[in-house]
Amino acid sequence: MSETVAGLLQVGLLIVALAVVYRPFGDYMARVYTSTKHSRVERAIYRTARVDPGSEQRWGTYAQAVIAFSFVGVVVLYVLQRIQSVLPFDFGRGNVSPGMAFNTAISFVTNTNWQSYVPESVMGHTTQMVGLTVQNFLSAAVGMAVAVALLRGFLRSQTDRLGNFWVDLTRGTIRILLPVAGLFAIVLVATGVVMSLKSGVTVDGQTVATAPVASQEAIKELGTNGGGVLNANSAHPFENPNGWSNLIEIFLILLIPVCLTRTFGTMVGNRKQGYVLLGVMGVLWTAMLAVIWTAEANGLRPLEGKETRFGIPSSALFANTTTATSTGAVNAMHDSFTGLGGGGTLLNMLFGEMTPGGVGTGLYSILVMAIIAMFLAGLMVGRTPEYLGKKLGRREVAAAAVSILAMPTVMLVGAGIAAILPATQGALNNPGSHGLSEILYAYASASNNNGSAFAGITVTNDWFQASLGVCMALGRFIPIIAVLCLAGSLAKQKRVPVTAGTLPTTGPLFATLLTGAIVLVAALTFIPALALGPIAEALL
Amino acid sequence: MTTFGKQALAGLRVLLVLTLITGVLYPAAVWAVSRLPGLQANAEATNTTLVAVTREGDGWFFPRPSAATLPASGGSNKGELNEDYNAVVAERRAEVAQREGVAEDLVPQDAVTASASGLDPHISDAYARLQVPRVARANGLSEDAVRALIIECTDGRGLGILGEPGVNVTALNRALESAR
Repeated sequence: MSETVAGLLQVGLLIVALAVVYRPFGDYMARVYTSTKHSRVERAIYRTARVDPGSEQRWGTYAQAVIAFSFVGVVVLYVLQRIQSVLPFDFGRGNVSPGMAFNTAISFVTNTNWQSYVPESVMGHTTQMVGLTVQNFLSAAVGMAVAVALLRGFLRSQTDRLGNFWVDLTRGTIRILLPVAGLFAIVLVATGVVMSLKSGVTVDGQTVATAPVASQEAIKELGTNGGGVLNANSAHPFENPNGWSNLIEIFLILLIPVCLTRTFGTMVGNRKQGYVLLGVMGVLWTAMLAVIWTAEANGLRPLEGKETRFGIPSSALFANTTTATSTGAVNAMHDSFTGLGGGGTLLNMLFGEMTPGGVGTGLYSILVMAIIAMFLAGLMVGRTPEYLGKKLGRREVAAAAVSILAMPTVMLVGAGIAAILPATQGALNNPGSHGLSEILYAYASASNNNGSAFAGITVTNDWFQASLGVCMALGRFIPIIAVLCLAGSLAKQKRVPVTAGTLPTTGPLFATLLTGAIVLVAALTFIPALALGPIAEALL
Repeated sequence: MTTFGKQALAGLRVLLVLTLITGVLYPAAVWAVSRLPGLQANAEATNTTLVAVTREGDGWFFPRPSAATLPASGGSNKGELNEDYNAVVAERRAEVAQREGVAEDLVPQDAVTASASGLDPHISDAYARLQVPRVARANGLSEDAVRALIIECTDGRGLGILGEPGVNVTALNRALESAR
């Protein structure tokens, strides 16, 4: 069977697998966030942590809880890395340096999982498990909580309450992430993924580092986190040993972002609303897969930075999926991709990561973009736009605009400054336009909370550690605050009845409008920068 | 205390409880299950053939070039328009051609490009076959016997469609070790 045919059948199998779980898992997640009952474990958690699960929060309080929780997460993770040398299983790797610990703490708490460190020589197993794995779970649960709060904004009327952050966080972790991650961690071990507390294993006379990989690998993909337990990430045979594990990891990346569109449709009482979002996500995901795959298949040296067992199709599929979600795990080195193929992975991030986007973040990002699309449509016909029975007034559109504009602003300012700093030249691994692409990719990845890299760039100097850390924090929390503000303002409104003048948001017209909005916003913002980087390289 | 302070303290308590569950109990449970027979060899990478390292000498099959610094993993991260790296690739091609005694245009791509992990256990069937005469000679085996080992050590696609086939160099060199 040819590589292409096998690759297409693999994509087909992936879609079938997602289709099978779409309804039950999407509806299950809807029940998790709408149920009024607390499980015994959850009640014990609320009791121990002394939080009141019965009290509902206003948007400002909800946002404050998200920020406060993330803040303590950063502090604890920073401290853990700085005292690593006294923790067990550190294998003499010592304390992580302050700049690196700062960057890594923000990175994992913001669901970015950008890695300025080489895990095999920097992170001990305790830090990986008690620090990094924990934030793999919790940052994902935070993303889902914010998405659910936004859905409540659409669902509720004439209230200032959006739910309870601690309950949403706990339920997402305990009822969704933990059981799926636990199951698939074992499945991954069965495919050959390593789960060892030793520091390394001897192979033909040489030592290759090992780690407790499987437990982190499962949540790394499921939570669209993407931080490798080992330096080569999912290209490392111990993280991703064969075609089976590769497909399972891609499936895990897509599972929650895809099924959340069903959760959305179920919760708003009209499943077609969810299908149309899924359709838009699917069209852009498929188009970008075609671009990356074709570009790599026609590269001058396509196997550079790719593993033999994955070849071109499985590498392109993984690269497209990891950048279209906010994952950032890689099974091939994007830095060695062609101008067009690498540019495709970059563009995926610059779409704002909503095709289908990260866990929770993808859903709220595309809902914000839907508001922008409806606003544009409203301007065309001169009518106040509505979406899901809520009027989109000044406040709603302003919040949506802030949310959409945060990433491009942070990314372009950061990359712009980095490009003119003299020290940057020495940090690059490739000359010319590809070198600029390395800078653009780094700031796009940080500002979008993706975490993948054109990894040749050396990002260990203080400027990169600090500026990328700030980009990750602003790229995460400005949209979250804007989205929660939007949710609060939607929840206060009365529901407006559907009239003949209401633009239906379940049909092809809306889908086209939304797709156009996603592509146009990215194109208008980024084409000048892309022209100097990947586009120039692709044309050379 | 400010509301933010109260939220932060509540957040800290929630974080600690959830750390116990997701950072201690969860990995411990996965580790414990991975001790089951049938899983333990995978979990501990016992006699693993998942990674390949270069074994010096004419008697062994060479894996792909590696940009890794052991015990860590990693790729070259070089773009295809990088002139300096193009020179490195050309040098590798000349080296392989000379080592195997063939023309440079017969050297397959995987023989001159660094893998993503630097530990890629596989090479293409073409690169494996290219190395047969040298390896057979050095080990005093017939070329047919060595080719039979290649077939034995070839991994196919999962389900016939997942991933790409390749010859596992680590398995092949170990098979060679017991055959000679």
